[in-house]
Amino acid sequence: NPYAGLVSHLRAVWLSGRTRPMEYRVAQLEALGRFLDEKKQEILEATALDMGKPSFEAHFTEILLCKNHLNNTLNNLSHWMKDEYVDKNLVTQLDSAFSSAIPYGVVLIIAPWNYPIHLLLVPLIGAIAAGNCVIIKPSEITKNTERLVAETLTCYLDNDCFAVVTAGVQETTRLLENKFDYIFCTGSPSVGRIVMAAAAKHLTPLTLELGGKNPCYVSDTCDVQNAARRVAWGRFFNAGQTCVAPDYVLCSVEMQDKLMPALREAITEFFGSNPQESPDFGRIVGDKQFRRIRALLCSGRVAIGGQTDEKERYIAPTVLADVLPSDPVMQEEIFGPILPIVVVANMDEAIDFINARPRPLAIYAFSCDSKVVNQVLERTSSGGFCGNDTLMHTTLTSLPFGGIGNSGLGKYHGRFTFDTFTHHRGCLHRNMGLETLNALRYPPYSQQKLGLLTATFEIKRKGMCTLL
Amino acid sequence: PYAGLVSRLRAAWLSGRTRPMEHRVAQLEAPGRFLDEKKQDVLEAAALDMGKPPFEVELSKISIFRSELNHTLNNLGTWMKDEHVEKNWVTQLDSAFIRKDPYGVVLIIAPWNYPIHLLLVPLIRAIAAGNCVVMKPSEISRNVERLVAETLPSHVPPCALSAPARLCCHTSHPPLSQDCFAVVTAGVKETTRLLENKFDHIFFTGSPSVGRIVMAGAAAANHLTPLTLELGGKNPCYVSDTCDVQNTARRVAWGRFFNAGQTCVAPDYVLCSAEMREKLLPALREAITDFYGSNPRESPDFGRMVGDKQFQRVQRLLRSGRVAIGGQTDEDARYIAPTVLVDVQQDDPIVQETSGPILPILTAASVDDAITFINAQERPLALYVSSSCKKVVNRVLERMSSGGFCTNDTPVPPEPGSEARCSAGQSGLGRYHGRSSFETFSHPRSALLRGAGREALNAPRYPPYAPGRLPLLWAAIEPK
Repeated sequence: NPYAGLVSHLRAVWLSGRTRPMEYRVAQLEALGRFLDEKKQEILEATALDMGKPSFEAHFTEILLCKNHLNNTLNNLSHWMKDEYVDKNLVTQLDSAFSSAIPYGVVLIIAPWNYPIHLLLVPLIGAIAAGNCVIIKPSEITKNTERLVAETLTCYLDNDCFAVVTAGVQETTRLLENKFDYIFCTGSPSVGRIVMAAAAKHLTPLTLELGGKNPCYVSDTCDVQNAARRVAWGRFFNAGQTCVAPDYVLCSVEMQDKLMPALREAITEFFGSNPQESPDFGRIVGDKQFRRIRALLCSGRVAIGGQTDEKERYIAPTVLADVLPSDPVMQEEIFGPILPIVVVANMDEAIDFINARPRPLAIYAFSCDSKVVNQVLERTSSGGFCGNDTLMHTTLTSLPFGGIGNSGLGKYHGRFTFDTFTHHRGCLHRNMGLETLNALRYPPYSQQKLGLLTATFEIKRKGMCTLL
Repeated sequence: PYAGLVSRLRAAWLSGRTRPMEHRVAQLEAPGRFLDEKKQDVLEAAALDMGKPPFEVELSKISIFRSELNHTLNNLGTWMKDEHVEKNWVTQLDSAFIRKDPYGVVLIIAPWNYPIHLLLVPLIRAIAAGNCVVMKPSEISRNVERLVAETLPSHVPPCALSAPARLCCHTSHPPLSQDCFAVVTAGVKETTRLLENKFDHIFFTGSPSVGRIVMAGAAAANHLTPLTLELGGKNPCYVSDTCDVQNTARRVAWGRFFNAGQTCVAPDYVLCSAEMREKLLPALREAITDFYGSNPRESPDFGRMVGDKQFQRVQRLLRSGRVAIGGQTDEDARYIAPTVLVDVQQDDPIVQETSGPILPILTAASVDDAITFINAQERPLALYVSSSCKKVVNRVLERMSSGGFCTNDTPVPPEPGSEARCSAGQSGLGRYHGRSSFETFSHPRSALLRGAGREALNAPRYPPYAPGRLPLLWAAIEPK
C-alpha cells in the first residue's frame, strides 16, 4: 500500500491537535488566498492549455468564485466553530447541552477536470476550515493544472497536514484502500459508485457530487429572447462541460419553432458567425471525450451548428431539433456543447418525462407564469432548481449545492461545506451532584416513579390541556 | 420478490400524496394510536423476547417515543417551511430558498435491543419528512416483530387518494392495504433480496459488520443510496480521580445494566487509575445491590439476553480478567448477572463491544494515558467522562472524537427532543433525533426563482467577454 505512510503521518499530526485552533485554520486559508492571487496567471495558462478555457471564464470560476468562498468562510469561521446550545428538558435544565463542531480527521478530496481548480479548492476551503488534514487528488486528465497544483499549492500549505497526490485510475484505487475519515468526490456516477464501494469497507462517510441530465422546460408563455440567451449561456459555458448545465430542452412544437431563431441569434451574439474563431468559446478536454460527444450528433436533426474539428477538439455550439427519447443524445449526460430539444405536448407531459428518469443535479423551468415554475418545482425532485435562468443558483453561497439519487449525495457551498467536513457531536455536561434528580430512574422500579419521570421529560402536544 | 412492493410505494410517492401536511399528520397519528391501544401487547412481547422490565419498556419505548412524536407534531409546520436565504446583489429581486423535499421511498431496518423505539422513532421522522416507508423490524425479537407486522398497519388511515389495493406476494405475512408504507418481515437472506431494490434513503441501526454490507449494497448497481447508519462501538467511560464516587458508580451502573446491557450507547468499559478502581468497586457493588437486591436474578427490574447466540457470546466474555462482582449465569433463563471485571488486558476479547451486563475496568495511570488508549481504538458512539474538574473534562473533549459525549452521567436511553444523537466513523454515519432527524429524511433542495425580464442585469456575464467586466461581475455575486 504505497500511500499508507502518508495517511498515517497525516493522522498522527491530526491527533496531535495542530489543526484545531482557529488561528491555524485562518492562516492556512489566507495562504490559499495568496495562492489564488500570486498564481493567477499560471492558473489561467494551465487551464487554457488543458482545455482551451477562455481566460474570462477561468478567471471567473477558478479565481473569483473561489475567492468568494474563501472570504465567506473567513468572515464566518468563528461563528461556525461555536458550540450550538440546544433546548433542554426539565431533567437537564441545570446541565449544559450543546452540539460541538469537531473535524472528522483525515479527509480525501478527489477533484474532476472540468473546473479543476474550483472543484478542488472550494471543498478544500471547507475541509481546512473544519479543522481536518487533507489529501488532495487533482484530476489526471487536466495535466497542466494537475502539475501546477502538485508543485505549487503545497508551497503555500503546511505539508504535515495537507498533501497533494497525483494519481491515475490504478493508483487512485490503491489510495482508496486506505481508511479516510471523510471522502469528497466530484466526478461521474460510475466513479461515484467505485468510491462509495471503497468507502463502505471502512464505513467512511462521503459526499458525492455527480451529474445527470438536467432538463430545461420552456413553457409556451415565456420571454423567448431572454430564455434563449440564458439557456444558451448555461449550455455553452466551458463548451458545455458543466455538471449543472441545462442538458436538454423540453417544450411544445410551437415553442421549438420560436426558440430556434432566438437561440441562433444568441449564439451569434455570443460567439460571432464562426464560433471556432471566438476567443470566448472553449474546447473539449480530451480526444476520448471529443469522440464520445461527436457521436451524439447523429440524433434528431442538426438545426444550428454541428461543425467539428478533431485537431482542435472543437465542437460548434449545436442545437438539435426533433430529438426522440430513444436517440443516443438522450441516453447519457452530454457534457458538451450540444443542446437537444425534445418536444412534449404540455407541462404535465414534461413533468412526467422528468420524473420517469433518474433525478438530476438541476432542473430548469422557464415561464412568465410563476404558477408554472412552481408546479415544476413542486412535482419534481432534483438537487437544485432555477426558474427562468440557468446555473445562477450555484453562485449563491447561502444555497446548498448537491445532487440526489444518481446525481449525488451530500451538499456543500458556504456554510454547508464547513458542515460537510464537520462532525456535530452532541454533548451533555451534567452536574456531579444533584443525585436526587436521578433517583427516579434507578431500580427498583415503581409505577409512581414512572409517572414522575415521564412528567419531567415528556414533551406534550401543543394546544392540548388536561382538565384535572 | 419485493420489487412490486417498492414500485407501489414509489408510485404513491410520485403521485404527491405524502406531501401535504395534513396527510403527514394523519399518518403520524397511527404509531401513537398503535402504542396506546396495544401497550399491553407491546409490554408482553418485549418481556417474552428479552425479559424487559415493563418500567424500561414504558420509559424507552412508550414515553420517549411519545415525546418524539409530540415534538414532531408541534414543530412540523416550521420544519416544513421553505427556508429563505441571503442573496447577493444580482439576485436581490429574486426568490432564493431551500425547500425540504422528501427523499421518496425510505427503508428503515431496526435492531432487536429497542425493537419498538428504534423502529418507530425513525418512522415518524420519515413520515414527517413526507416519505413512503418500508419498515423491517428485527427478526431476532420475534414477538415484537410479529406484533408490529400484524397490528401496526391496521392503525394506519387510508391515504387520501388511495389507488385500489394491490396484493404483494412473497412476504411471509399478509400484505398491507396501505400504499404509503409497509412492514416487511425478513431474515438475513430475504433482507439481502430486499436491499437489491432501489431505495431513496436507508436508515439502518445495527452492528458495524452488517452496516458495511448495507453500505456496500447501497453503492451497488445503480443505487448510490444515501444512508444513515447507527452502529455501535466500544463506549469508554473515563473516571478521573476527582469525582463523587458514589454518584458516579450509580450512574455508570444504571447506564451499563439498563436493558441488561443491550444498549448501543451504554458505557462499555471504565478507564481509571488503580486508586480510583479500589474506591469504585465497593461503590458499584452498593449500587447494584440498591438497584437489584442481593440476588439480581429475582429482581423484576433486570432484563435477560435476547437470544441463545447472544447469551453465549456474552458469557464467553466473562473469561477476561477477573470477576470482581457478579459473574453468575443461567443458560435456561438467558440470565447474566450484573458483572464487573477487573485486571482486563487491552487485547482481551471484551475490548470489543459488549452488548451485555458486564463492565470491565481497565487501568490508566493518567488522563493522557486514557486519551492515548481511546484514540488507538475505533471511534465510539459515546464517550463518557466522570470528573469534578473542568480541565479534565475539556481535555478529553478536545482530544477525542466520538459520536456523542456526556460528562458525569450516562444518559441511556437518550433524552428526546433537541439533542442530536450522531455517530462518527465505525460507530456510524449521519445523525438523528430532534430537528436534525427531520433533516435526515429530507433533501434540502436549493431553489432560485428569477424574473423572466430584467435582462440588463445579466448582460455582463454574456460573451463576447470583456475582462473589464470581471470586477463588476464579482461584485454582483459576492455575498453581502
